[in-house]
Amino acid sequence: MNMSIQENHNDHIDSETGKLGMWIFLFTELFLFGGLFLVYAVFRAKYSEDFHSAARELNAFIGTMNTVFLLVSSMTVAMAITAIQKNQKKLAMFLVSVTLLLAALFMMNKFFEWSHKFEFKLYPGSEVLKNLPRGELLFFGLYFMMTGLHALHVLIGMILLSINFIKIKAGKVNQAHYLLLENSGLYWHLVDLIWIFLFPLLYLIT
Amino acid sequence: MKKEETHISSYTSHAIVLIVLLFLTAISVLVTGWHFGPFSVAVALIIASIKVRTVITHFMHMKFESLFMKLMVTGVFVLFALVIIITFIDYYLR
Repeated sequence: MNMSIQENHNDHIDSETGKLGMWIFLFTELFLFGGLFLVYAVFRAKYSEDFHSAARELNAFIGTMNTVFLLVSSMTVAMAITAIQKNQKKLAMFLVSVTLLLAALFMMNKFFEWSHKFEFKLYPGSEVLKNLPRGELLFFGLYFMMTGLHALHVLIGMILLSINFIKIKAGKVNQAHYLLLENSGLYWHLVDLIWIFLFPLLYLIT
Repeated sequence: MKKEETHISSYTSHAIVLIVLLFLTAISVLVTGWHFGPFSVAVALIIASIKVRTVITHFMHMKFESLFMKLMVTGVFVLFALVIIITFIDYYLR
């Protein structure tokens, strides 16, 4: 009896420290993207005309669609945590797979968006891009860097969620131990947070 | 050390948060579509900040975390804001 209370207590401490560690990692991620946001802000102030005309090249509809995918996926992953806390294993697995599906849709959109740019010879280092006004060149450089780094995070998030799916199925992530799902959820929300800023800055403000 | 109860968020509360976030996205798309120049930039960024705050408080469960965690997260965002402000002061006063 005493043993089990002690164990529960330790689990609680572990989950607190585990989450604290995850948050500290998320702060470093915030500053990784933060640096790029800062570069964007300064160049936007310097070349505002060029940034305006370059941003018009981006498809706001695709951007909005991807925003919706990520927002809904953020909800499903948060719901998956609720499901595991309530010991609803099947529902948790379902919600994690919906999140994965939405992430895949996001990546598919990104793929079409980038291929469309490549068709017009708009890619880092291309002749067309080099001949654009300096501000537009900077805008596209930042666009590819920021959305590319973000897409990499989506991919990592998808791997983490897949591992969670397998572990929930195997019963290794369960009502008593779900720190992995919680931390993967936090990571997934960070991906969403970054996109919440990227979306207006790149697609909307034209 | 007192035993803290783990708060379980309901499915309904998550759904409501999503509706709020989608609503804010719609406003942000509409407002920037009107081309108010610097005004729409400001509105878009303010809405984005509200959305980020909503995601952190509800989806990331910050509402139910300890005071220490809340202060730490707020502190990091304040630090980031300072980095931006100081960079722009430097940039405009050069």
